[in-house]
Amino acid sequence: MNTTWSRFNVTSIVLGFAFLYLPIVLLIVFSFNESKLVTVWGGFSTKWYVSLFHNQGLMDATWVTARVGVISATVATVLGTLAALTLTRYTRFRGRVLFSGMVFAPLVMPEVITGLSLLLLFVAVGLDRGFFTVTLAHITLTMCFVAVVVQSRLVSFDRSLEEAAMDLGATPAKTFFQITLPVIMPAIVSGWMLAFTLSLDDLVIASFTSGPGATTLPMKIYSQVRLGVTPEINAACTILIAVVAVGVIIASIANKRREVQRQLDEQAAQRG
Amino acid sequence: MSNIAISAAAAPSAASKPFLTRLGTGFVNRLVIIVPYVWLLFFFLVPFIIVFKISLSQTAIAMPPYTPVLDFSDGISGFFAGFRELNFDNYVWLTQDALYFKAYVTSVVIAAISTVLTLIVGYPIAYGMARAPATVRPTLLMLVILPFWTSFLIRVYAWIGILKPEGLLNQLLLSLHIINQPLVILNTYTAIFIGIVYSYLPFMVLPLYSSLEKMDYSLIEAAKDLGCPPTAAFWKITFPLSLPGVIAGCLLVFIPAVGEFVIPDLLGGSQTLMIGKTLWNEFFANRDWPVSSAVAVILLLLLTVPIMLFQQAQAKAQEQGK
Repeated sequence: MNTTWSRFNVTSIVLGFAFLYLPIVLLIVFSFNESKLVTVWGGFSTKWYVSLFHNQGLMDATWVTARVGVISATVATVLGTLAALTLTRYTRFRGRVLFSGMVFAPLVMPEVITGLSLLLLFVAVGLDRGFFTVTLAHITLTMCFVAVVVQSRLVSFDRSLEEAAMDLGATPAKTFFQITLPVIMPAIVSGWMLAFTLSLDDLVIASFTSGPGATTLPMKIYSQVRLGVTPEINAACTILIAVVAVGVIIASIANKRREVQRQLDEQAAQRG
Repeated sequence: MSNIAISAAAAPSAASKPFLTRLGTGFVNRLVIIVPYVWLLFFFLVPFIIVFKISLSQTAIAMPPYTPVLDFSDGISGFFAGFRELNFDNYVWLTQDALYFKAYVTSVVIAAISTVLTLIVGYPIAYGMARAPATVRPTLLMLVILPFWTSFLIRVYAWIGILKPEGLLNQLLLSLHIINQPLVILNTYTAIFIGIVYSYLPFMVLPLYSSLEKMDYSLIEAAKDLGCPPTAAFWKITFPLSLPGVIAGCLLVFIPAVGEFVIPDLLGGSQTLMIGKTLWNEFFANRDWPVSSAVAVILLLLLTVPIMLFQQAQAKAQEQGK
């Protein structure tokens, strides 16, 4: 195939990425601003980061968010992987259309609808709003994203590997844990990370389903943003971006290593 | 368990597997389906039924702030008697107050315009990526996905500092003497358009890229050899072939944009009217749960067709992936 770096293509990519990244870069730069005015540069300073760590409300919210994120991402990864297996492996069962509908619809459903409907459910069954309800809501939302990520990996999965294992006498459970799971592991890991960041990120659903004592970081940031832009929020946002960026980079390096290892194994197998 | 493993090893073919193994696999198989199925039924489908139910109740000063409807507390007969008490006042209210109608229409129009704008901005990026050398493509792909991992709220917040009257954009334009007076962008519909295009751009670029990448570019060369000008070749070959990506991208942007709350709230100010914001205010400011439920039901009905189109596109893509 002929691939060309024509001037038009390069320009559109450069402009596109500038548009995507410039606002984030500016946000990070101004978190190191000495001046209290966010948009006027008054010299380099890290004082906003220091004051951030003395903001007890913000630290509490961070702790709540981290716990909700880890718990909901973990449960959502298990449920989402099961949903992906169902979608790819069981092509015929009663209610399959409804099932795939329930997996895909939350991906595009406006958050205000999901948030309101989950809140009304929790009220109807008499669950007190708080940490637990936010976690349940986030599991429901993020498991669908995990399902889509894992499913795309399962679709390209070579099933003759499983058949070979079964023919050699492995039980279905052993086949799943020794063959299927390691192959789809990269997708499961990126599914977990996606679920975690979505949970970390969510404002609307958390606002509906949370109660007193379970304020998440986005809710805290939102209530401060409404009062005005401050360098302290810029600093909080920068830390959040840094955490996510480091996670993504580690995951992609690990992924690449595994891929290289796999290719080496395959070459060794072909030679042997 | 080891017993089963040994017997399975002795008799590998599926038909001769001991009864217990087959029963076990059948049960596990069913569990794989049942667990996520029941979860989604309970946490996704049932809540919508409750929303519909409460949209038919009346506001009350209580906790929860609505009158009970179709309750089983009076037994089955009480449940059926409840049907007579159902009232559609909330829906009548929505039609009588022009504000709601305007909010629905404005939301759909804003979402539609932003979707077209996102397509116009995203198409050249996706095209450039698809034509880039194969070695840099994974990096470019990663760079498009990366902003998606950073918080939505933060990315919208970042634009406030840029678009403010004393913000960075106005500072730049004033210092370059392009304008004499600061532009008023924040708290207008323009700011909402910028916010939606910016936040949803990766959703548009990714499906476009995946359909453009699969395209056979020798078709373009053939057209060129036969004397077709590049623009005509684009509209006659490239664009039609990328149509599945265009449709998927547009739906991924349009549907959530109609009910968007964060962007109109932070960038649009109090003057702009969008239905997601209306629902939020009905719920949190007015504490009117039945009316906000009715708003949600209508919004959901409005989005039924696009959501079904989206699911069909997903199912089709899944079939082709196999």
